[in-house]
Amino acid sequence: MTRAGYRPSSELVPLVLAGSRLAIARMISRAEGGYAEAEDALAELYKHTGKAHIVGITGVPGAGKSTLVAALIKALTQDGRKVGVVAVDPSSPFTGGAILGDRVRMSDAAEANQAFVRSMATRGHLGGLAPATLQAVDILDAAGYSPIIVETVGVGQDEVEIVSAAHTIVVLSPPGLGDDIQAIKAGILEIADIHVVSKADKPEASAAVAALKGMLALGAARSGSKWTSPVLAVSSVSGEQMETLKATIAKHWTHLYESGELAERQRNNCRTRIFNTARHLFQQQFDERADELEQHLQAVVKREADPQAAAHALLGWNKERQK
Amino acid sequence: MATTQARSPDIVRVLVAKLGLDGHDRGAKVVARILRDAGMEVIYTGLYKTASQVVNAAIQEDVDVIGVSLLSGAHVPLFRELGKSLREHGAGHIFVVAGGVIPEQDYAALKESGVHVIIPQEARAEFIVSTINELVATRGRI
Repeated sequence: MTRAGYRPSSELVPLVLAGSRLAIARMISRAEGGYAEAEDALAELYKHTGKAHIVGITGVPGAGKSTLVAALIKALTQDGRKVGVVAVDPSSPFTGGAILGDRVRMSDAAEANQAFVRSMATRGHLGGLAPATLQAVDILDAAGYSPIIVETVGVGQDEVEIVSAAHTIVVLSPPGLGDDIQAIKAGILEIADIHVVSKADKPEASAAVAALKGMLALGAARSGSKWTSPVLAVSSVSGEQMETLKATIAKHWTHLYESGELAERQRNNCRTRIFNTARHLFQQQFDERADELEQHLQAVVKREADPQAAAHALLGWNKERQK
Repeated sequence: MATTQARSPDIVRVLVAKLGLDGHDRGAKVVARILRDAGMEVIYTGLYKTASQVVNAAIQEDVDVIGVSLLSGAHVPLFRELGKSLREHGAGHIFVVAGGVIPEQDYAALKESGVHVIIPQEARAEFIVSTINELVATRGRI
């Protein structure tokens, strides 16, 4: 049923391109809600994307991501940049509700007219982002925002989905979390293009910087890149090194561009996105066929069928296909 | 025609805001938690916001409802300003719910400023949730 007052997504497209905040915000909601009606409009907007520098900011809960983003918005808007931010916080696994608190730290900067800050709940998605995060980035990109900062939920050691969502990855490590063995483990620290130690005003910060530098001395994280990930200690409170961080982010972008790594990274990001979208649609399809799933489930529980066969049946694969 | 149907159910989004010089947000946080537990997505603004900051945030977040908690006694002029700012920014579609310490004799003035519902202090959690759900259900997402 078409609701009274509902504005078709196709009408929002030119408004988004013209930078209307109301239209941008509404379009993001429709992407989040998975509105079938919005699919063509999102496809149309996608044609206008690919211009923005997308910067991912990730780190453990309480590392200082939101505070850092706030400081960055301030520094970047002062340069006259139109800064977009998508900040992800977790949804409750029990009720689906969420408290999105990133804005509390960002409000001064976010309410400046050149920034657009959108909070997003994970809505059950694992990996550090929300299902519609990339679509929100597209919408901001099409509307002329750059850079676009994507702030992940507070992550653990292995939620590295941000890698395929951004051009430049900033991994934020608060001081005092571990020794140099933590630093040489695989996972989140490997994905950093720029390492930032937060809370540089605290005395333990220099030890964290040393541990990270020690890790990097053992070998470059990403093979094939000429970029060496720097380690910066910043304080969002005192503003210490914020200008350096801003300059380093810009320098990484220039590096990607001039070295040709940008094209490669964009290709990889698009590939991952296609797979992830396909996986998401699969999942949705199964959710819609809950009854069928239940039948297979019962058979598997009773040992009448094995999980592999049930999966094949769900996918509609026949015996020939399996061989 | 089912074109406006979302694949995942529409989740109600609420901006919980503190307006003006009022440093007490225990109540706002309790309400935020209640709404979260009712399955809503709650964006909290933090303290000491101006009307235009709240409106800006509400637009960017595309919320259905702005819930303002006020304990300072300055509710009449602040809600007037909020209502004016919402209309000026083309965001008159967002519902405004007032809570906190608001004497009944000011209800009429607040309604005139565009406040849709005033929730009294003694309201129970279920009442707050059902009020917001009913308000949003009068229109659905546009």
